[in-house]
Amino acid sequence: MGMTMTQKILAAHAGLPSVEAGQLIEADLDLILGNDITSPVAIHEMEKMKVNGVFDKNKIALVPDHFVPNKDIKSAEHCKCVREFARRNEITNYFEVGEMGIEHALLPEKGLVVAGDVVIGADSHTCTYGALGAFSTGVGSTDMAAGMATGKAWFKVPSAIKFVLTGKPAEWISGKDIILHIIGKIGVDGALYKSMEFTGDGVSYLSMDDRFTIANMAIEAGGKNGIFPVDDLTISYMKEHSIKEFKVYEADEDAEYDEIITIDLTTLKPTVAFPHLPENTKTVDQIKEDIEIDQVVIGSCTNGRIDDLRIAAGILKGRKVKKGIRCIVIPATQNIYLTAMEEGLLKIFIEAGAVVSTPTCGPCLGGYMGILADGERCVSTTNRNFVGRMGHINSEIYLASPAVAAASAVTGKITSPAAL
Amino acid sequence: MKNAYGKAIKYGDNVDTDVIIPARYLNSSDPAELALHCMEDIDKDFTKKVKKGDIIVAEKNFGCGSSREHAPIAIKASGIGCVIAETFARIFYRNAINIGLPIIECKEAAQGIEEGDEIEVNFDTGMITNITKGKSFKGQPFPEFMQKIIDAQGLVNYINEK
Repeated sequence: MGMTMTQKILAAHAGLPSVEAGQLIEADLDLILGNDITSPVAIHEMEKMKVNGVFDKNKIALVPDHFVPNKDIKSAEHCKCVREFARRNEITNYFEVGEMGIEHALLPEKGLVVAGDVVIGADSHTCTYGALGAFSTGVGSTDMAAGMATGKAWFKVPSAIKFVLTGKPAEWISGKDIILHIIGKIGVDGALYKSMEFTGDGVSYLSMDDRFTIANMAIEAGGKNGIFPVDDLTISYMKEHSIKEFKVYEADEDAEYDEIITIDLTTLKPTVAFPHLPENTKTVDQIKEDIEIDQVVIGSCTNGRIDDLRIAAGILKGRKVKKGIRCIVIPATQNIYLTAMEEGLLKIFIEAGAVVSTPTCGPCLGGYMGILADGERCVSTTNRNFVGRMGHINSEIYLASPAVAAASAVTGKITSPAAL
Repeated sequence: MKNAYGKAIKYGDNVDTDVIIPARYLNSSDPAELALHCMEDIDKDFTKKVKKGDIIVAEKNFGCGSSREHAPIAIKASGIGCVIAETFARIFYRNAINIGLPIIECKEAAQGIEEGDEIEVNFDTGMITNITKGKSFKGQPFPEFMQKIIDAQGLVNYINEK
């Protein structure tokens, strides 16, 4: 029986000729990631292990990004703990404020992940790197600790759902609309414990940033990982950003899938996930009532990349954020920030009446920089709209693409970019 | 592994880790402090009603969302002896095993247990007994490898013993 793309990567990292779904394996890790929330717990756990330091100082990435620049004293203590651990262990890839970015935008940009890698990260959106043809998955702090100490992690080999993407998406349709459509279709546990393998001719119409967005939200369908085939676009991205050697794996033709789902990209419409689950999706034309909003967030590990900012700026250019609406734009990395500045996007945002923040996960998880009050509504390009996720338990989050978010900022209600 | 015994505290589908421990408290990683806010955004009475040994019983996809290990840590530090669910989100499942919080998947038990029922769980056999209603359910026992991690009280000890 053939193997899926994910299974092939895992087999190679477990030193096995083949693996099958359900098998428990121990795999070698190419990179272990942690942030300012999860790393302190991992560091504490690692100190209890009978090991002398980390297994490889070059294969660990520590990215304080959730509550930095430090939002309060306790956050400052967490960051200090991570910083001192990085110094003590001479961690090569520790990213201080000023060079940091949102981890899942930063690591590909810095060339730290390439096709064929096995990556674990103590952050659920670690699945983002599947866009590059890597196996990457979120874990907790103890797994991160064990990974830093031993360079290995245990996995149950996942089965897979194959998503065949066909055709060219229409104007305004981005990776966000595609993944929201998929989650709406299969539900928030529709891919529980499984790989989501994206294939089909439609992939060739998706930019790298679209693919990062789609792989990023595999976890919102319960997936273990999301993964894309490696094509010319992936290879040119990796050559531009990385000096690491990559390895291209392809699913066997006779690979077994639990399910094969075909998505005709030509039929998709701008899609919004209503509170309080990412599966509560509607296309904008299905929304009949006016949904008035208080805030818009454009950013996060899902949609804070340069393509996202270009799309949002394209809509906000020459327009104004509606009076009384707060529009918060967060470039995901320093490099994206700089590019946005050089391209004049920041000027467009500021002239439109939006604020532009330093890279941070802040508002996405209700940390800081855009917390919602009782009864407030936000259109957000982030990934979760759970109860209380962005603030008060009676606040509401509507997940959408940067295009819908920017258009909604202009009108003050959920709006299709085509309607402006 | 010792049996779990306690009263059921019941929840529905998709209990996410943001409601188990909201991010506004993640500037701490102290288990006792996290326990003070456990389940706060889904059940503000949880910390008042929970007693040592109590058992959380939930339906599908328990622990979905963020990978924060603070979630199972907060539950364990609240005194919960076991979480029974129809299904668990995978990162929560790993984290619970890794920190030594007993969990067990069982659809029938998730449906056949109500708030306040007296429950006993035998982890060796996977048997879940609803003492109040006089019913038993067969849960999914752990594969041997995971059982070893739980028996060692978590991954850290397991690695140290290896």
